[in-house]
Amino acid sequence: MHNLTIAELVKGLQSKKFTSVELTQHFLDRISSLNPAYNAVITVTAEQALKAAAAADQRLAAGDAPDLCGVPILHKDIFCTDGVRTSCGSKMLDNFIPPYNATVVENFEQAGAVVLGKTNMDEFAMGSSNETSFYGPVKNPWAIDSVPGGSSGGSAAAVAARLAPGATATDTGGSIRQPAALCGVSGIKPTYGRVSRWGMIAFASSLDQGGPMARTAEDCALLLNCMASYDDKDSTCIEREVPDYTATLNSSVKGLRIGIPKEYFSEGLHPGTEKAVRAALANLEAQGAELVEISLPNSALSVPAYYVIAPAEASANLSRFDGSRYGYRCEDPKDLQDMYCRSRAEGFGEEVQRRILIGTYCLSAGYYDAYYGKAQQVRQLIQQDFVKAFDNVDLIMGPTCPSPAFKFGAKGDDPVAMYLEDIYTIATNLAGLPGMSIPCGMVEGKPVGLQIIGNYFDEARILSAAHQYQQSTDWHDLAPEGIA
Amino acid sequence: MSWDTVIGLEIHVQLATKTKIFSGASTAYGAEPNTQACAIDLAMPGTLPVLNKQAVNYAIMFGLAIDAEIGQVSAFERKNYFYPDLPKGYQTTQLEKPIVGRGNVEIQLADGSTKNVRIHHAHLEEDAGKSLHEGNFNSSFSGIDLNRAGTPLIEIVSEPDMSNAEEAIAFAKKIHSIVTSIGICDGEMSQGSMRFDVNVSVKPSGSEILGTRTETKNLNSFKFMEEAIKREVARQIDVIEDGGTIAQETRLYNGETKVARSMRSKEEANDYRYFPCPDLLPVIVSDEQVEELRRNLPELPDARQTRFVEQYGLSDYDAGILSSDAAMANYFEAVSRVCSNPKLAANWTMGELSARLNNEGLSTSNSPVSAEQLAGLIIRIADNSISGKMAKQVFEGIWAGDGSADEIIEARGLKQVSDSGALEQMVADVLAANQAMVDDYINTDESKRKKKLGGFMGKIMQASKGQANPQQVNQILAQKLNELL
Repeated sequence: MHNLTIAELVKGLQSKKFTSVELTQHFLDRISSLNPAYNAVITVTAEQALKAAAAADQRLAAGDAPDLCGVPILHKDIFCTDGVRTSCGSKMLDNFIPPYNATVVENFEQAGAVVLGKTNMDEFAMGSSNETSFYGPVKNPWAIDSVPGGSSGGSAAAVAARLAPGATATDTGGSIRQPAALCGVSGIKPTYGRVSRWGMIAFASSLDQGGPMARTAEDCALLLNCMASYDDKDSTCIEREVPDYTATLNSSVKGLRIGIPKEYFSEGLHPGTEKAVRAALANLEAQGAELVEISLPNSALSVPAYYVIAPAEASANLSRFDGSRYGYRCEDPKDLQDMYCRSRAEGFGEEVQRRILIGTYCLSAGYYDAYYGKAQQVRQLIQQDFVKAFDNVDLIMGPTCPSPAFKFGAKGDDPVAMYLEDIYTIATNLAGLPGMSIPCGMVEGKPVGLQIIGNYFDEARILSAAHQYQQSTDWHDLAPEGIA
Repeated sequence: MSWDTVIGLEIHVQLATKTKIFSGASTAYGAEPNTQACAIDLAMPGTLPVLNKQAVNYAIMFGLAIDAEIGQVSAFERKNYFYPDLPKGYQTTQLEKPIVGRGNVEIQLADGSTKNVRIHHAHLEEDAGKSLHEGNFNSSFSGIDLNRAGTPLIEIVSEPDMSNAEEAIAFAKKIHSIVTSIGICDGEMSQGSMRFDVNVSVKPSGSEILGTRTETKNLNSFKFMEEAIKREVARQIDVIEDGGTIAQETRLYNGETKVARSMRSKEEANDYRYFPCPDLLPVIVSDEQVEELRRNLPELPDARQTRFVEQYGLSDYDAGILSSDAAMANYFEAVSRVCSNPKLAANWTMGELSARLNNEGLSTSNSPVSAEQLAGLIIRIADNSISGKMAKQVFEGIWAGDGSADEIIEARGLKQVSDSGALEQMVADVLAANQAMVDDYINTDESKRKKKLGGFMGKIMQASKGQANPQQVNQILAQKLNELL
């Protein structure tokens, strides 16, 4: 059952081939036997899941149940779940049980999806390797000695290891696409404002966006149908009808103009990755798409701009974790200052503290203009690059990340090397554009991701191109050794 | 050496919205701690702000009232600092693009002159919660009440256009008058609905160069503000005349102990690291929205003052006092409407009623004497049913909840005797019973006789148990004594 796609599970559930309770129990069993090796899931909600599955079965029996009714999923532990610990991968929130659901969680609950548990992640979504989690690193199911990517590494590894058919994730600078690429699954970061951020613990508010991960583009479309919604609790959420993303999956790529940014094939790109990506582009060309070389001239500035803006916002967003109302508080604070300092020093990990310090510095009097002000200008330039490019092309494609999954500790001592992991993904967050990663090859036994970037609210076109590619390839069907 | 004082004010005005500026929690005052703070106010992880449109409208209304530029695009910023009563670790406020731009407020001074005070800008922001250090909390614990956290404020920032405490108070009162008149603030100073930060500096008379200023924060009454300014001006002059220099600092004034102390120096001042709040979109104000608000803007105090003079024939001074307080102005108009005697309505509203309310620390809106009740009393004064002296007794009765003026007059038998036949008999009786006084009157030099009348009056009022109409008695008495000469 775990090798079925969500689309197939929906059919099976609706035609009563199996029940949601059976399906849920199956995945719960897989989590208990396989998860210890991967550490992808950090909270399992077995009892609630089985209860929800039983309720879903009743809805299914009554007929007219929504598509996702009875389908088991996992939520990234950044989404607040009513009554279930939401840690954000941090010691700071190890004891935090929200009294409310994120809108994303609520949407899936309304649809009758079954939540198996919460997935591991880099602490406060800050990381590209899942090594910053308080709960220990997630292992890449394709190579147990390698990172799964981050920050949504738990969700990606869980989907790759068939611990769930789909999972929610978030992407601030590549946190959906990079782990999807490294774990050989599909994942889409929608347009900024498409998915509500209510109840999604903030890292960098102007960049954060939730999105789904699954094995296929079609499954991502099914999940996004449910995940995307207008929400008046999030002022940055855009009031715009959510199309049925599955409706257009079968559109041909014939005549589709695909922009290939030359900056995305520069030095630093692993030759194996380049080869796989070029092959994928050739496949689409063979299906009738037109490849157009384009330039995104300010691409090189995206990492430095991001590492000013994101930490600046994070430095304020994380101020609320002060030990006074919820979350971690140090033992025996001697006064207010001591409580603040030690609660934060002990509750936050090294990378989170580094980014708070960077952000605080960038916003300081005398530095604001040189850093934050300048970074915002760069952000505009990057956005203009894309706007200009989309005058001439329908989609932009290239590698998701420079190389396949690296080994644990390989970039641990060098934050900048780690930050460069997101060199191809960050620009879309700065521009607020939708982007996706789908598997397009293997290098040294590890998956390679093809990144597909679309214009604002053009998720349907991204998903259909991805689907068309997956119709003629089987990279997305491959399973890590010992999984199938 | 003589000195000039330069004063600028920052005024925090709580907006009278039902809910908070970024959440749906109630803003009502006086609830149990933390019962009016929702997940957003507590800054729970993942929560997001949604701007209260009414707060924006109220801020625009203030801008219209002071003839200010309204920011067509204003934006919110985060002001970062750690404090227990600030749950998010930043205050959401406006810095670069405030909703209300430059405006003007005219103040009236005691000598009858007027002065213009320029408003630099006014911006929207959220209030913080309160730290509680007393009550159940011992020295090692403090409580935090977040009921107030997120209450909408406008902070009104003046130019340093005031040159003494009197002007500063007049300005503060004028702002109070404006915001209560247009209904955007309840004006309850004792509940913190308006709070003042006062920037004060002194310089040698006539000098063009401003002295170093200090800021005294969080004054919540006109009286404390006046004291704080006077003391600060005197302190600064003392320091300078003793050869010292003024340190730029933030000070706190304790109205109870009348002692001010330094809170933090310029060096200790926070770097607030303002930056645009990414959770909120810029506030776009359309011309239609502004025009709609302008059309519906309630009467402003200055316009009301003019109207009171024209409509009710009040003096400029009385009209000014009445119109300065929206609740009092409304009360006066209600009284006047019922009793059709604007002059007496004005006198009683500004006189007996205001004095009594002040003594009890009450505002006009929670006066125990309703406008209808006061009007009932005035009707009986005007038709001579009761004397002024009796009226005060009746007023006390109404205040105490004993009923309407008529009920109290009836119950206490206070009705004034104005029947001239009865009064003539009464005067005649008193004169007959006091022949010695009458003789004394007749023998007194004409120029001094008037002084003797008081004695007769006393006897007559005594005989009538205070119910004789004094004007009539006076007349009858003078007439009867003249007949005896």
